[in-house]
Amino acid sequence: MAVIRDTMAEFDLFQPASIDDALALKRRYGKTSWALAGGLDSLDWFKDRIKRPEVVIDLSAVESMRGIRETDDADGVEIGAMTTLTEVAEHAGILSRFGLLADAASKVATPQIRNQGTIGGNVTQDTRCWYYRGGWPCYRAGGNICYADTPTAINREHALFESNRCVAVNPSDTAPALVALDAKFVIMGGGGEKVVDAEDYFITPAKDITRMTILEPGELLTSIRIPGTWAGARFYFEKVRDRQAWDFPLVNIASAMKVSGNTIEDIRLVVNAVGPRPLRLTDVERQLKGQSVTEEVGQAAGELALLGARPLQHNAYKIPLMRNLVKRAIRGTGARA
Amino acid sequence: MKHLLNLSVNGEPVEVAVPLHHTLLEVLREDLRLTGTKHGCELGECGTCTVLVDGEPVLSCLALPIELEGTEITTVEGLTKDGRAHPLQIAFAETGAAQCGYCTPGILLAAKALLGRNPRPTRLEIQEALAGNLCRCTGYIQILQAVERAAAADPADYTKPISV
Ligand SMILES: Cc1cc2nc3c(=O)[nH]c(=O)nc-3n(C[C@H](O)[C@H](O)[C@H](O)COP(=O)(O)OP(=O)(O)OC[C@H]3O[C@@H](n4cnc5c(N)ncnc54)[C@H](O)[C@@H]3O)c2cc1C
Ligand code: SF4
Ligand code: FES
Ligand code: FES
Repeated sequence: MAVIRDTMAEFDLFQPASIDDALALKRRYGKTSWALAGGLDSLDWFKDRIKRPEVVIDLSAVESMRGIRETDDADGVEIGAMTTLTEVAEHAGILSRFGLLADAASKVATPQIRNQGTIGGNVTQDTRCWYYRGGWPCYRAGGNICYADTPTAINREHALFESNRCVAVNPSDTAPALVALDAKFVIMGGGGEKVVDAEDYFITPAKDITRMTILEPGELLTSIRIPGTWAGARFYFEKVRDRQAWDFPLVNIASAMKVSGNTIEDIRLVVNAVGPRPLRLTDVERQLKGQSVTEEVGQAAGELALLGARPLQHNAYKIPLMRNLVKRAIRGTGARA
Repeated sequence: MKHLLNLSVNGEPVEVAVPLHHTLLEVLREDLRLTGTKHGCELGECGTCTVLVDGEPVLSCLALPIELEGTEITTVEGLTKDGRAHPLQIAFAETGAAQCGYCTPGILLAAKALLGRNPRPTRLEIQEALAGNLCRCTGYIQILQAVERAAAADPADYTKPISV
């Protein structure tokens, strides 16, 4: 288990200035290459010598992947994948129309990490399972055992849902907000541009145990488009963590709700850090449509949300935690109607 | 292989030949001998390596210098002016906000960035701005008080010689 935390092994570094050049490099160097965004996840792997790419393709000079623009779609925005989390959290248009995302981005880690970390990197980041990050040769690392799912494993941060051999979770704070906002992820690769629903960007180990997203080695996430559909909806984001700065979520929740009078017309409800991808609660959403915003409805939604949860030795606390977050997302935490 | 980089550090242009996989922290400390920037966890978890890039705090242990050509990098050495201490440094010394001092350079810079954009921050705003910097000694209270004290001082007030 290689743990050399201070310096990185040597690599060749390219700084393409356009998406086409970056893709050409990805094609040329394939699996020996690594796309570098803010570097917060990447450099951590390199220092531990667990991932050792020969070629690093630094995307920081690709101007067209930076910044936030209004889109033709009324009220929509397009966010370049290399836009920092600070920019996302402070952008006036995102704050006024998609406060859910600004809220989620502002709760990532620390000011320094938000200044360096990008939205593309935040949704593409690898899991934080420490067996895997410590270099243990588990399933996700190409081996044939899960160290986090043995009788003596420490798995307090691990999954309740959608596990398949690997019980690691997706730790992103912005991912559930983007799924709740029905964002579209723009992917460029050999075959040109492909646009997928945020929900479909993230995968489970059943599909590929070595990856967290659908991105193929030759592809890049270039931008994220948020349609106007949920602009100005009633939003709720809450993140529960061990300490109020720095920490990854133990569980987080993002919801977007359209309410008329006190009746829920439409809702999207997404929880993260409880499974390998942000978990969209479609059954709960269906159940909630047409209901009023009350304590009882929130309670029932919380119960329904947890059907099928399978705790490990040390993470059963996530069950009541998630149940209460679902309830709070629906009825809010302020004065009761 | 070494590459020639053109950086701007504490207001001065510097040309430095370094391997591209060396972090900004390594280059500052080992090539430029600016050892005020401290080396801690190397993983983004402590903040002691904080420097300012165009006035905003970043972690030098997780930044590659080649990405910072064309920006202005400020380290703790850049806080003093003509050998005189910055109001934040004076406030830290006078409040007892540094004990072992290992976290201090990073905290001074994170605090400078805050006061740059918000000269009269509330206690909560200071806490949020310093949330990325761990201190194992002080218990933080004196640090918060020192930032408040510096905020109350005239920002242009470089009065004391650096040996305070
Ligand atoms: C101490 C610490 C605490 C943290 N706490 C939180 C937290 O509370 N909540 C949270 O959500 N996150 C947290 N993070 C994660 C951090 O926000 C992410 O690591 C960071 O956002 C990754 O983004 P990056 O821009 O640094 O990407 P990088 O680290 O450079 O990249 C991450 C991965 O994504 C790939 N990638 C990046 N961009 C693209 C692209 N455009 N196309 C294709 N592939 C790409 C890279 O190849 C790499 O595999 C924390 C990180 C640290 C170090
Ligand atoms: S949970 Fe997944 S990443 Fe962690 S040890 Fe098991 S297989 Fe590896
Ligand atoms: S040394 Fe950079 S954050 Fe700890
Ligand atoms: S004074 Fe020792 S770590 Fe802060």
